[in-house]
Amino acid sequence: MTTVEIPTETAVKEPLPAAVKRKLSSPWATALVIFITVIWTIPTFGLFVTSLRSSAYADNTNWIWALFHWNHFGFTLHNYSEIITGGNIIPQGMEPYLINSFAIAIPAAIFPLVIASMAAYALAWIPFRGATFLFFTIFALQVVPLQMALLPLLRLTVTLKDAIANIPGFENFSLTTTYIPLWSAHTMFALPLAIFLLHNFIAQLPREVMEAARVDGASHFLIFRKIVLPLAVPAIASFAIFQFLWVWNDYLVALTFAGGTPDVAPVTVYLANIQGTYGSQLHLSTAGAFVAIIVPLIVFFSLQRFFVRGLVSGSVKG
Amino acid sequence: MSTLISDFPKLFFSLGAVLVFFALILLAFFVAGLARGWFSTVLAWIVFLLPALVLLCVGLVIPAIRTIWLSFYGPDSSQFVGIDNYKWVFGNADNRHTIANTLLWLVIVPVFSTGVGLVLALLLDRMRRESIPKSLIFMPMAISFVGASIIWGLVYYYVQPDYKHVELQVGILSFIPMRILLAIGNVFGFTPNWQPPNWILVQNFNLNSLLLMVILIWIQTGFAMVVLSAAVKSVPAEVVEAAELDGATGWRLFSRVTVPMIRGTLIVVFTTIMIASLKVFDVVRVMTGGNFGTQVLANEMYSQSFVQFNYGQGSALAVILFVLVTPLIAYNVVQLRRERATR
Repeated sequence: MTTVEIPTETAVKEPLPAAVKRKLSSPWATALVIFITVIWTIPTFGLFVTSLRSSAYADNTNWIWALFHWNHFGFTLHNYSEIITGGNIIPQGMEPYLINSFAIAIPAAIFPLVIASMAAYALAWIPFRGATFLFFTIFALQVVPLQMALLPLLRLTVTLKDAIANIPGFENFSLTTTYIPLWSAHTMFALPLAIFLLHNFIAQLPREVMEAARVDGASHFLIFRKIVLPLAVPAIASFAIFQFLWVWNDYLVALTFAGGTPDVAPVTVYLANIQGTYGSQLHLSTAGAFVAIIVPLIVFFSLQRFFVRGLVSGSVKG
Repeated sequence: MSTLISDFPKLFFSLGAVLVFFALILLAFFVAGLARGWFSTVLAWIVFLLPALVLLCVGLVIPAIRTIWLSFYGPDSSQFVGIDNYKWVFGNADNRHTIANTLLWLVIVPVFSTGVGLVLALLLDRMRRESIPKSLIFMPMAISFVGASIIWGLVYYYVQPDYKHVELQVGILSFIPMRILLAIGNVFGFTPNWQPPNWILVQNFNLNSLLLMVILIWIQTGFAMVVLSAAVKSVPAEVVEAAELDGATGWRLFSRVTVPMIRGTLIVVFTTIMIASLKVFDVVRVMTGGNFGTQVLANEMYSQSFVQFNYGQGSALAVILFVLVTPLIAYNVVQLRRERATR
């Protein structure tokens, strides 16, 4: 874990006047920034361009070359429909996996958020002996890497699955073909960071407001719902976005708990399989990858401000 | 789109789960809210804190202890083997190579990501339209490691080189140098004979590992840039102006004023990227599967535990990861607390 405080730019320093900025910025500096930006963008751009070329062209000729030889570009949108629904080359499309990714990531972002904000409230505003100790213990749990917990947790899941199958009436219920193990694992792994971040925020809410509400006879439950949650929206939003993207992009937890079947596995698992089995079908693997990254990119560009805050504070999770 | 219709209800399952979850919580709130007196506080404490504590115990505390326990047992966890699994980790030549690779990741990725990130942060501070390059360089941070591996797999893609048909080089890492050599050759009247290798197989100088590291550097540089950029902006303008009045410019201003002022953030960024490098898994798994001398600890741990079912050895590797990560995180925490105390 780590949190780096990201000061908002205006709060920290008066922005340099335009004239000063112009004086300071050299054309070399600008050129260097543009150069690095181009290098950083070219690989993703190449993926996008390749995904728009039909198989005979995309799999055999270079995309930069094709940009200058338009009659060899072979523009098509067919790759996208083929990779999504499945086709002659790859029979299994990514569509069920795409649905799975949403079905996993949305609850796996909501569950830890609610449980963590409740815990953060209790640690901050319900006085009891050992609250500080408990907070630091949870905080310290962030050092435990995912890898430490995977194997025992997977065994527990299998044990539970067998136990449930022995209950009369549940013979056909297979826990491992539901999203429940994935939601649970993501929720558990998210909690230390979520509690830590939300505690930082919730503990700083004005004491007078809380005490006034208590004096007026409001219960902790009422205070939590009517005062804490509305005030904590910025912290909740940035964590929700971070967690959604973390789960969406996760491969390790998904691979461990979901296997590779279209029942529950997310797009990352599908893409890794495609890359392994159909790595030379560039027109399809690039289209698939682009579909999978467009969701986080939309979230990123539309909610950049929240996103940066959440990502920076949580970038060491896992 | 018949599949879409059959798969779509899965989303309702998720929606239903969320609704049930909220209903349960509201029900608990309602029932516990009926209590009065001192008991109501105890009940509130239980309702608010118990779910998190139970999940943390079941999901992290008990499994972590169990993993340490399993690391002293054999492949099927039935036989106590003492420290044999740890002897295996450090005694086996392949594993020593894996550890050496991991250490290489641990040094190279943070150095380059933080270095380039710092240069960008300083340059961007003086640019007028900084948000566009900033967004584009930060963008890889939103992409999954699997997606990034496909993006870079395309860059490194290998085709038998042939200077008569340079356009057949799909991967730009081979295409660009070949195209440039060809152009030079055309001017000076020679046919180039340099053949680009199959990049991902080249083990000399750990070249293939380095190419995998490029992917993580590509992702982490944006993170370093954004955090360091905020730190650079928080250096008080008076300090910079005073230094400039005293004649400090360029390199001296940078090395004597800016860097010392943002030292704390710099260290946190560095160690944060170190932690990410230590746990790198997806990139190696998708790009090479750990073959061709590119294996790292996290991927070896996965292979031992879930592919070869050597639970003891897999657990020992997980414990080693834990031991390596802990001082980094502890250092970060101490550093941050000190920094907050001095502000």
